[in-house]
Amino acid sequence: MELTELTECVTSLSCVVTQVAAGLTIGMLLFLVASGLTLIFGVLGLVNFAHGSFYMMGAYFALAAYGVTNSFAMAVLAGTLGAALLGLLFERFLLSRIYGQDVLMQLLVCYGIILILDDVVKIVWGADFRSMGVPDAFRQPPFLIGGGIIPYFYAILFGITALIAAGLAYGMGRTRFGRTVRAAAINPGMVGALGINTTIIYAAVFAIGAGLAGAAGALSAPIRSVVAGAGVSILIESFIVTVIGGMGSIGGALAASIILGLTRSFGSIGFPLFVEGAMFVIMALVLILRPSGLGGRRG
Amino acid sequence: MSDSTKAGLRRRGLLGAAGATAAITGFPRLGFTQPRQPIKVGVPTILSGRVAQLGISSRNAMQIEVDAFNAAGGLDGRPIELVVRDSRGTPAEAARLAREMITSEGCEFLLDAEASGGGFAVHEVVRETGTVTLHINSETSSLTADPRQRFWNAFRVARQGVHDSIAGGHYAAQVARQRNLRRWMTISPDYAYGRDTTAEFVEFARSFNSDIQVTGETWPRLFQPDYTENITRLSQGRPQAIYSCLWAGDLVTFVEQASIFGLFAQSQFFAVNMADYTTLQQVRNLPRGVHSGNRYLKNFPDVPGNLAFANEYNRRFNVFPTNWSWQAATGVRLLTTALRQVGGTDPRAVAAKLKGMTIESPFGAEGSVTMRAEDQTLVGYAIGWGTTVSQDPFVENMQKADWAMILRLEAEWKRAKGWG
Repeated sequence: MELTELTECVTSLSCVVTQVAAGLTIGMLLFLVASGLTLIFGVLGLVNFAHGSFYMMGAYFALAAYGVTNSFAMAVLAGTLGAALLGLLFERFLLSRIYGQDVLMQLLVCYGIILILDDVVKIVWGADFRSMGVPDAFRQPPFLIGGGIIPYFYAILFGITALIAAGLAYGMGRTRFGRTVRAAAINPGMVGALGINTTIIYAAVFAIGAGLAGAAGALSAPIRSVVAGAGVSILIESFIVTVIGGMGSIGGALAASIILGLTRSFGSIGFPLFVEGAMFVIMALVLILRPSGLGGRRG
Repeated sequence: MSDSTKAGLRRRGLLGAAGATAAITGFPRLGFTQPRQPIKVGVPTILSGRVAQLGISSRNAMQIEVDAFNAAGGLDGRPIELVVRDSRGTPAEAARLAREMITSEGCEFLLDAEASGGGFAVHEVVRETGTVTLHINSETSSLTADPRQRFWNAFRVARQGVHDSIAGGHYAAQVARQRNLRRWMTISPDYAYGRDTTAEFVEFARSFNSDIQVTGETWPRLFQPDYTENITRLSQGRPQAIYSCLWAGDLVTFVEQASIFGLFAQSQFFAVNMADYTTLQQVRNLPRGVHSGNRYLKNFPDVPGNLAFANEYNRRFNVFPTNWSWQAATGVRLLTTALRQVGGTDPRAVAAKLKGMTIESPFGAEGSVTMRAEDQTLVGYAIGWGTTVSQDPFVENMQKADWAMILRLEAEWKRAKGWG
């Protein structure tokens, strides 16, 4: 533990600005992945262990699109839509057949999807890591606020992810589609009895969830290695977010993602050898003190 | 009728004569040209994931050398057959593959192309089986420096962490003195290679320049997807210089992220593993002036043999070789030289030939490399440090390390550790 350094950091404006900005960016990228995971669980009751693979595919689709168009906007669009389409295909042809079945069957099918997509990536793009690199337009000097450093590209990332989060909140909270989805999550039988096609709702929710993961993969492709199996580590963190935030709660996922982002950021100063452990400690505390999670329904 | 009978007899006689001729002359010839039993050489390595290039570029270089050996007639007509398997970077799987290659697939030798974690696992397997094994890619010093790790049938053909650390420490100390770099931080992967190599670098850099102070360190885990938290820690420490032994995809990711934080404008960066084509060509905007040790460069050593190797590799695989490639090529050359000198595959005889063997090599500091007898590890390979530029040749101002100094300090280091 390096508590002296942590104390010095939290009392220094430059350190707080740098660490908060970094923590928020990490947290928001994590939120995109975790919100899809929690949305799918909340509505479909499916623990999507293959969710990280859609993150990975989003990164690869973005890499391919960027190679052709040299446009980061097109890359993000391709990553998001490509992952959503892939999610739709898997939902229709595989996962829809195991709704309501036990978690072991879900795990088996999802693991199959992980292996298939990892091998597809190796066949199409090769087994070696790839790098997109930060687009030239975003290679600007970092912002200096109060002596703290905020990279230009991180500010862009934060802006885009915040917009997506706002859009998701609006879509789920204020639109007819969102109300239907929430109703289907609570009582799908009643929604079906009202003449709404729940099959389409389920497919759309899965595609949105996969698209969110794909968006996170595409957005982070310029600063992370793009490689087969890249979804595994983000999946583990997404599950932690889902548990802390409450299974099915998007608001809870947002809060949990930011908590984890800040824990990573400040933890690297105060307890660098226990950052990973700290996340699990937080998860354990939430499970003990509030088993339904920060945004989950009690009882 | 009689004509036809005669014709039939003549035909049978002709066939008989042809058969007899074939029996006398042809069959022995057929027997002579039939390929003889190949010498199987097992290659456990990593062919997938973030460091797949380790296995791919090792395998490619081995194949070039093996093809040349086989085309030259092999070992009295026996070609070498490489049996390459993917451990996916899991030490337990590397050990399982090594055992399977030896016991089930009939491999007589191993060219272990695992990274350090897997390399130590394979090491324990061959300690038990007595298979002659050349570790191609494990750079952790203790693999051969620690006497407890040594046994007759295991050799290291890879560069060694302590050699790089002495050379790097000497270079860094000089730069630190010239630019007055006193406050240093480190970022290296959190496993045996990262910890050992960083400690050795710091030890030697400080021994050459006692003004160097390490004020902080950060240890990302191997294959960590995001380095933001490590970079902000480095940034907060405001070091004048940063040392790293991150490698391959991890180094590329770190450099990309650190660049947008402006870290390299704030601090001098010393990355022992930067000057390797697999890294240099993946970093989209390679910062100018990063200090790096040579991993593999086609112009260092600047000799025709090295350039020819790079061009042949590039012609066949459409990319340039890596550090793992020159090590793999050297491993095959040492093994095939020993096989030819022995004239067979007897493991004790081959191991005895390998001990102390010197071969001409385009990768040698002075045109040759030696498998040092006392600890069965490679010495005399080219080591140098320079600074990066964004285009080919990627590194300039290469300063060649002095092997006399490396060997002297290595011996002191071993004595200090009780390994002398």
